[in-house]
Amino acid sequence: MCGIVGLFLKNPALQSQLGRHISAMLIGMTDRGPDSAGVAVYHRPVEDGSSKFTLFHDDESYHWRAMAGRLSDEMGVESDVEVRAAHAVLTAKAPEKAVADWLLAHCPDVRVMGYGHLMEVYKEKGLPKDVVRRHGIEAMEGTHAIGHTRMATESIVTTEHSHPFTAASDMCLVHNGSLSNHNRLREWLKRRGQRFETDNDSEVAARYFAYRMSEGATLEEAMLAGLKDLDGFFTFTMGTRDGFAVLRDGIACKPAVLAETDDWVAMASEYRSLADLPGVENARVWEPAPAVVYTWRLEH
Amino acid sequence: MQIVDLAQSNVRTLNQRLHDLPRDTNERAWRILNPRGAHAVAVGLNLAVEIHVEGHVGYYCAGMNKEATVVIHGQCGWGVGENIMSGLVRVTGNASQAAGASGHGGMVVIEGDAGPRCGISMKGVDIVVGGSIGNFSAFMAQAGNLVVCGDAGDALGDSLYEADLYVQGKVASLGADCVEKKMTPKDAKTVAALLAKAGIKADVARFRHYGSARKLYHFHVDHADAY
Repeated sequence: MCGIVGLFLKNPALQSQLGRHISAMLIGMTDRGPDSAGVAVYHRPVEDGSSKFTLFHDDESYHWRAMAGRLSDEMGVESDVEVRAAHAVLTAKAPEKAVADWLLAHCPDVRVMGYGHLMEVYKEKGLPKDVVRRHGIEAMEGTHAIGHTRMATESIVTTEHSHPFTAASDMCLVHNGSLSNHNRLREWLKRRGQRFETDNDSEVAARYFAYRMSEGATLEEAMLAGLKDLDGFFTFTMGTRDGFAVLRDGIACKPAVLAETDDWVAMASEYRSLADLPGVENARVWEPAPAVVYTWRLEH
Repeated sequence: MQIVDLAQSNVRTLNQRLHDLPRDTNERAWRILNPRGAHAVAVGLNLAVEIHVEGHVGYYCAGMNKEATVVIHGQCGWGVGENIMSGLVRVTGNASQAAGASGHGGMVVIEGDAGPRCGISMKGVDIVVGGSIGNFSAFMAQAGNLVVCGDAGDALGDSLYEADLYVQGKVASLGADCVEKKMTPKDAKTVAALLAKAGIKADVARFRHYGSARKLYHFHVDHADAY
């Protein structure tokens, strides 16, 4: 069992409250996932030509500033780092690929939790309320966020095995369920150049969707292809640069509820997580149909 | 009128109070405030009280209900009125999966839409849905009536034993051994009576009747290769 939540703000006036609402939603799913929790927040865009990485190190006293200094010296670019518990948000005036390659070559013990122009990913073992507090999620502003509370069934409980899983720029996935063909699919994806960080089945799903989109599929096409290729139970919520998407398998035995008002769209495993959202008493509340892709995007 | 505010109390205390009511109680009218998606609100009731839940509830609301009337003024999660024995459970909004699952008697009314598996394994309950129902509804249903004013999702009545399914709108597909049957005057009377009892208006003449082909009851030697 796991809990998943997502919140997408249509009304810009609510953006200052994103962290507060997604935190309450995440804590609302504690019963479904007390092992670990994670959240991806879309906010604070970096300027064009820059990239943003959320990094994690087992050692909370890891010297992030020294690492950023080395990166700046060796790559000859400006960088900055902001530390939150065992996570750090690194911004660098360099393309994502160059920064990722440098990190892989020089800091093999640093884990990349997420990267992109907007997305920051914080995830850790422990109760959702502690994960939220340690990373200061409640104070965060932004347009949208997704989150996950984990009760592990398929792989061990570590920070790396927690959700959300990132597999592309500004893209991440949370999953409630379990996949039965993830080993074979992992090998299939490895042969197509995808690199894996854990043995978690949900990471396979994240990299599967990223692979499909890298091959030219739209978000909807990638998710519909997943209905054929992913064998198992799932309710997925995927965060993207400008919105989020929800998909359940054809049997739909993992729960999901959607709610929408003029101001926001929210997704959760159970209604309990939506109970504090402003105006929820008058929201349209419904259960997403099996095997149907639901998406919401910011209007630019 | 007994008023219980779940923002001040909790579900366990509420349910215990309801279970402790003597059969000759005068406390027959209840309002439950601020359910906020809580699970198992008003489950296991076994006497004729009337309960109004003001807001959205989580899983299994009014499960195992006997004699009581439970009205949920909002939306509800999985398994509303599951295993209902008698009485009435009404949802004014939408219901999630497995509404009225394995119900033996009484009535479950969903004024909005019901999700997948509505009436799964129903054993005598009457279920009336004002909107549409999701996939796999009435799976392995054994007895009772399911009346749907909107559409039905895929695999309606899969592996149906008995039970009568009446759908006014489109049926996406029928499950194994579920077939369309004749809508007899007796069926029309049944549907009219159930709609009236549920307080839902619909044109009985537009309903179609589905039921069991009874071909899965016994082992059939021609199917041996399929096992």
